Amino acid sequence: MLILHAPALQVALPLAAAPLCVLLRSPRLAWVLATLVSWSALGIALLLAEQVMQSGPLSYALGDWAAPLGIEYRIDTAGALMLLVITSIGALVMPFAYRSVQHELREDSIALFYTCYLLCLTGLLGIVVTGDTFNLFVFLEISSLSSYVLISQGCSRRALTAAYQYLVMGTIGATFILIGVGLLYMMTGTLNMADLAQRLPAVSETRTIRVAFAFVTVGVSLKLALFPLHLWLPNAYAFAPSVVSVFIAATATKVGVYVLLRLFFTVFGAQFSFTAMHVGDILMALAAAAMLIASLVAVFQQNIKRMLAYSSLAQVGYIVLGISLATAAGVAAGMIHLFNHALMKGALFMAMGSIFLRLGSVDIRDMQGLARHMPFTVAAFVVGGLCLVGVPLSTGFVSKWYLVEAALGAGHWPLAVLVLASSLIALVYIWRVVEATCFQPAPARAGSLKEAPASMLVPTWVLIAANLYFGIDASLPSSMARQGAETLLGFAAR
Amino acid sequence: MSPEITLLAAVALPFVALLPVLALRRHPNLRESATLVTALCLLLLVLSLLNQVQQGGRPAARVVETLPGLSIAFEAEPLGVLFALLASFLWLVTAVYSIGYMRGHGEAHQTRFYACFAAALGSTMGVALAGNLFTLFIFYELLTLTTYPLVTHNGDAVARHAGRVYLGLLLGSSVAFFLLALIATWSLTGTLAFRHGGILAGLVAPGTAGILLALYLFGIGKAALMPLHRWLPAAMVAPTPVSALLHAVAVVKAGVFTVLKLAVYIFGLDYLAAIPLTQWLTYVAAATLLLASLIALRQDNLKLRLAYSTIGQLSYIVLGALLATPAGVLGGGLHMVMHAFGKITLFFCAGAILVASGKTRVSEMRGLGRRMPFTMAAFLIASLSIIGIPPLGGFWSKWFLGLATLDADRLAMLAVILTSSLLSVAYLLPIPLRAFFTDGKPQPQAARVQEAPLACVAALLLTALGCLLLFLLPEPLYRLLQLLAVPE
Repeated sequence: MLILHAPALQVALPLAAAPLCVLLRSPRLAWVLATLVSWSALGIALLLAEQVMQSGPLSYALGDWAAPLGIEYRIDTAGALMLLVITSIGALVMPFAYRSVQHELREDSIALFYTCYLLCLTGLLGIVVTGDTFNLFVFLEISSLSSYVLISQGCSRRALTAAYQYLVMGTIGATFILIGVGLLYMMTGTLNMADLAQRLPAVSETRTIRVAFAFVTVGVSLKLALFPLHLWLPNAYAFAPSVVSVFIAATATKVGVYVLLRLFFTVFGAQFSFTAMHVGDILMALAAAAMLIASLVAVFQQNIKRMLAYSSLAQVGYIVLGISLATAAGVAAGMIHLFNHALMKGALFMAMGSIFLRLGSVDIRDMQGLARHMPFTVAAFVVGGLCLVGVPLSTGFVSKWYLVEAALGAGHWPLAVLVLASSLIALVYIWRVVEATCFQPAPARAGSLKEAPASMLVPTWVLIAANLYFGIDASLPSSMARQGAETLLGFAAR
Repeated sequence: MSPEITLLAAVALPFVALLPVLALRRHPNLRESATLVTALCLLLLVLSLLNQVQQGGRPAARVVETLPGLSIAFEAEPLGVLFALLASFLWLVTAVYSIGYMRGHGEAHQTRFYACFAAALGSTMGVALAGNLFTLFIFYELLTLTTYPLVTHNGDAVARHAGRVYLGLLLGSSVAFFLLALIATWSLTGTLAFRHGGILAGLVAPGTAGILLALYLFGIGKAALMPLHRWLPAAMVAPTPVSALLHAVAVVKAGVFTVLKLAVYIFGLDYLAAIPLTQWLTYVAAATLLLASLIALRQDNLKLRLAYSTIGQLSYIVLGALLATPAGVLGGGLHMVMHAFGKITLFFCAGAILVASGKTRVSEMRGLGRRMPFTMAAFLIASLSIIGIPPLGGFWSKWFLGLATLDADRLAMLAVILTSSLLSVAYLLPIPLRAFFTDGKPQPQAARVQEAPLACVAALLLTALGCLLLFLLPEPLYRLLQLLAVPE
């Protein structure tokens, strides 16, 4: 029974819990509820992943209305991997959130904060499970609207302008997606992805479909912050509350990438997207620019959360680069990096959250000599940073290996060089922080500064441990990604 | 113990030693005992592996499959066991020396020092005993990271800058070139296994293989081919035991060891000789040899002079590998050992001089032979060994390298080797000669013997004695390397 309705429960559970949080009012109870829901969502995602790995893609008719009329939820291996990423970050961020949110938010808005968090989780999970393009737009808006609110809760007043900036850009993106979906509906008379895939080839030679393709591509690229549509992201990540930075950085742009994969491969088909529309060339150029330019900009940031945000832009470049190759190896490499990057950026932003809790700042000039006061937090940052650089035995190395291999396999050796060069720039910006925290003499702040509380250190180190584990034995993400990529490309061939 | 367990234990033991070293941070004597006991156990493990390999065994073990088809695996083969033996024996000696030096010089953060030292040795073991190129690369990178805290040990601005150069060049070259070549090899051949005769022949065109070879040689920054040599002089800010064991033996030899492994097991000597670019790369090695020797002549700081000498000496080994003849590999392998004993003695002496008299410059060392007779005598012996004069070990490696140039019909390279030997006479010998045969400033206490702590002097005398013994008894090494040059 439970397993039968797991796809619906995955979304319905956080959706139903969100208004309950408002009713509870008490910060502590709201946190308990949000934690329970996050961990249950992880349990459901694990169940679903097991089922998908065993018996292939799942299809679920919402309200028992059959597919073309009703809304279909569809989960394949790529989707199951995404659900795992989102829910495990969601589950790990909750114990971390308690102290951090208490410190950064006003008491009366905490319950509402958790409401928004649950709505955001709902939206992200919904995007992944749905097999219906309009439903996808709805979930995209749920997640986006709730994340505007979440970001605006940051301590500094600049959080408000950051959220507003994101609101404007995000709304443009959503509108573009809606226009694209509308055009598709006009030409085919269906919103179901599988149906669209069947009916599109007949009309794909029309200008309307090409325009629809352009609209959704640009819309989704805005959401996933593909260079040069990234302007909303650095401030949003930098000024959001620490918990929100962790959660959004690890999940939101990844879901954007997932939507891109769905649209390119499942709906339009690789043939149309990459051969007829040449989107691969455009994405490749933009991804290469993102990897290089965003990494370089990151080197010059004083605010370390902002630095990590620019690094995220570069990492999105890696993921999109893999997809732009349009080979099974390339798409798999992109998905592996998507998984790995969620783990490392989650850990790095958590370390920053701990530092903000104790230090009240994430400026590199305030972090001098911090290793003496917060050794475990700084150590987590160093290890996480080395993962980002791609040192062997870490997740970053696995990602890099697959990406370079895919690029060489597709005959693009300059891209392979670019990936490696970009990871060397990562070494530069990570090492700035290492030198500041470990080598600079500490200013006189004496005994007031303590190590972060265990409730924040443990989730950080769990993520670090996951980074090392999946760096040494990458069989789980790599087998899921490979299977997911083959399903995606195979679906397109049929 | 089964050979597989011995093999895994040899890699794991130094890492395990981190625990007692960190746990005993408040008891310096116990902490140092932990290091000594570990080093001794490691030496015994490696000796047992050596025994296996000499009898024709090839103990191998696989730990985990990281990516499909790519495992972290270990294997003991002749060259690797030789390197492991060298590193573990000299670790034991250096551990004794460090106790005298670190305490005599009053260094801070000694626990971190000993912990990183153990981790660096573990990484070296991983490089030496790696069962495929993938594993070798992993431990090669780990070695860079574990030695970084040792280079920046002093923590001041100079050390920080040196650390930046060190990490930037070593990690940068290995990520940009070595990793690229590694993944390209993997995608061209589908394997990274070490196989006698190489894995590239027949699958990769000689032109492409030449590009791969260049990427590998410049990617292995630890072999210090010019222009990627700057990290080695920079690393000299580290405490002397680090310069002695890591930057004269473990780290730099890990680089040239990788080059030798590539020549024998990835390219294969026959195929290597057939690649057009190989000949051009020998010129790079020859140029490094001569230029580094010339720069060494101009250094007044003793450790810097030794560092440039190391850069030159490493190129002998790279040259030996690139000559692509059995004698070249044999000479290269022997030179790894001979140079290690000579250079570690010289660094031990430099450290002893610093501890006993505070002197770091060559120009200050006039007349020092009277105050530190044992140290300067060891310095003289080691210098002669580096130069390659019988009856010292360095003679044999130069002999075989010279033979290799004749085998390969490369007389110009023979001239380079001889010229560089003459240059090393010019930059090394004046130091002990001036110390013994000129007077320093007239000082009343100059006549009194004032040596470094006993632990330091004992260590440096032992390695100097090693230089002598290696001349008299090179046969075990020769037989071991024969297994490598001629397939079984």
